[in-house]
Amino acid sequence: MPINYYVILAMSLFSIGVVGVLTRRNAIIIFMCIELMLNAVNLLLVAFSKMHYANLAGGSATANVGTEAQLFVFFIMVVAAAEVSVGLAIIVMMYRNIHSVDVNFLNRLKH
Amino acid sequence: MSKLVYLVPLFPLIGFLINGLGRKSLSKSLTGIIGSGVVLASFIVSLLIFNEVRAESTPVIVNLFDFIDVAGLKIPFAFQVDRLSSLFLLVITGVGFLIHLYSTSYMHDEEAPHFARYFSYLNLFVFSMLLLVLGANYLIMFIGWEGVGLCSYLLIGYWFKNTEYGNAARKAFVMNRIGDLGFLLGLFFIIQQFGSLTYLEIFPQAQSAGTAVLTIITLLLFVGATGKSAQIPLYTWLPDAMAGPTPVSALIHAATMVTAGIYMIARSNILYTLAPVSQSVVAIIGLATAILAATIALKQNDIKKVLAYSTVSQLGYMFLGLGVGAYTGAVFHVMTHAFFKALLFLGAGSVIHAMHHEQDIRKMGGLAKKLPITHWTFFIGCVAIAGIPPFSGFFSKDEILVAAYAHNPVLYWIGLGGALMTAFYMFRLYAMTFRGSFRGTHDQEHHLHESPWQMTLPLIVLAVLAAVSGFVGIPELFAPDAHKLNHFLSPVFAASTQLQEAHEITHSTEYMLLGVSIALILAAIAYAWSRFSKNPETGDATGFGKVLVNKWYVDELYDNIISKPLQGLGAVLNKYVEKSGIDGIVNGVGKSVQWGGRQLRLLQSGQVGSYVLWMVLGILLLIVLTLFI
Repeated sequence: MPINYYVILAMSLFSIGVVGVLTRRNAIIIFMCIELMLNAVNLLLVAFSKMHYANLAGGSATANVGTEAQLFVFFIMVVAAAEVSVGLAIIVMMYRNIHSVDVNFLNRLKH
Repeated sequence: MSKLVYLVPLFPLIGFLINGLGRKSLSKSLTGIIGSGVVLASFIVSLLIFNEVRAESTPVIVNLFDFIDVAGLKIPFAFQVDRLSSLFLLVITGVGFLIHLYSTSYMHDEEAPHFARYFSYLNLFVFSMLLLVLGANYLIMFIGWEGVGLCSYLLIGYWFKNTEYGNAARKAFVMNRIGDLGFLLGLFFIIQQFGSLTYLEIFPQAQSAGTAVLTIITLLLFVGATGKSAQIPLYTWLPDAMAGPTPVSALIHAATMVTAGIYMIARSNILYTLAPVSQSVVAIIGLATAILAATIALKQNDIKKVLAYSTVSQLGYMFLGLGVGAYTGAVFHVMTHAFFKALLFLGAGSVIHAMHHEQDIRKMGGLAKKLPITHWTFFIGCVAIAGIPPFSGFFSKDEILVAAYAHNPVLYWIGLGGALMTAFYMFRLYAMTFRGSFRGTHDQEHHLHESPWQMTLPLIVLAVLAAVSGFVGIPELFAPDAHKLNHFLSPVFAASTQLQEAHEITHSTEYMLLGVSIALILAAIAYAWSRFSKNPETGDATGFGKVLVNKWYVDELYDNIISKPLQGLGAVLNKYVEKSGIDGIVNGVGKSVQWGGRQLRLLQSGQVGSYVLWMVLGILLLIVLTLFI
């Protein structure tokens, strides 16, 4: 498959994530959208890696080249999982404090 | 002994430090003893030096330390002891001591700290003046020059609680500053031309310099002299300087400081001789000042103002003498003038003291019987300044006038007119003060008293000096080779004498001139005496007299052509440039920052969404910038 498809897919996912973060007020959905953007980038990383090594190998993409990026993506996912737990904990604390997960209530930053 | 010349200015400096620092704790009598004692010590050293210099004709340079040594310009802090400076030393310390002694009594009503302040200023003045005349280069002279200006300011404003006196002090200072600027520019020209400020290095090279550059230098130095020595156009400060205590007027504004300009030109005589244009300017300004001040003095009613204008007038004669090349005559007149003008001022001080600070001669009269010593000494002073032989003023003024005649008879006749006016106003002053009947209040008459010995002793000494000091300069006419001062000063003016063409006038002409001047002066005295002792002017002047009373409206003229436009310019600049221009910019910066801050504050809404939106927009902007530009 040409690289364009992957790139377009990743861009679409990323844009959906951005629009979601900008428009939604529910903290959990925003959080999910952030994950969406993260994974769009991951996807792009894997796709470019594959393309890069395929070019180096003279066009014949074999199954076991470019796995470094895929391993790297796994690490990113692990770190993201840890981050998700922290993020969800923050959201839980937020709910406990203001009985809502609407980020528009969190406007005390300006003071 | 000449090597010890640094002692001469050192003593007054020590006196200044003791009196200045200890003014809170020293008693008045101790202050007076220290203040006068240090000047007496200087006088004794000066006498010894003078005695030595009489035998020696080459100048002695006493090098103390290097003051400036930079980029090829070397200015040592050195004193030059020669015949001119030693003569001035004697006059300054001698007359200075008498005036210090006089002050101990005259200022006795002052509180102790102010009394000590007065003496410390006076000592500082003597120190600066000695520095001025002793310096071996123009820079040391300039230091003294500025120092005497400062002391003059401090002493005119001695009674600083009176705003008018403070203004007079400021006026004197500012006027002097204008002159000092000219003097300083002259020094820069000298450095540029000769690469040195030391007299003994400059004067031998003077002949090789161009006339044009010498003319510029000498004219600039003369600007300095007009400020310090109160000549047109900077003379108006001197009459106002009478705001200071009377002994100060005697010391600073009559006997010593105002002669600084004369000393400077006499010192630089070779430069002036080589620049005939400057010489003519000096002579014309001097003569014009002599006449102008004499006319003003005719109508003044303040005893000190009359003497002040007479000082300005006499200084004009000295400049006339310098301008026609009679350097010895000018220095001679400085000396005799120091004696008789100090005498007149101190006599006036004695009168003012007796009259309880009344200075208006219209309210005096008939004081001759009550103040016999003051009266007789004042009379001698008047005769001396009027130029009656054999008193001192006759010899010195005559020498200047004869030299002026040899130069150009017109100068002589105008100068003689001034001398007649001098005789007239001095005897008007004398007659209105001491003759006729008393016109003051009954209370004043009751308290009239002769002054104590500290005041009368200086008067007597000065009266003797004013009477006999003329004999050091008897003209060739009466006795050949009797002009001792001329012999004494000849090494100082040797170079100039060689260059000047000798204007010989015949003895018969000289006799005629003397006869005419003495006859006219006696007539003026007789007229003034008879007129003012019987019918003193007590009313206000009218017609032309009013112009003279108001000093030709020169102060008003200066006010209108210089002060008012400058103040107007200041007001305009203040209103449009300062207030709306510079303030506008400064306040505008502040206001725009505040306004910008208020607008930017709206961005910080606290809404997380909006922050994210801005962030995304920023990222998009960066992408666009990187990819498309």
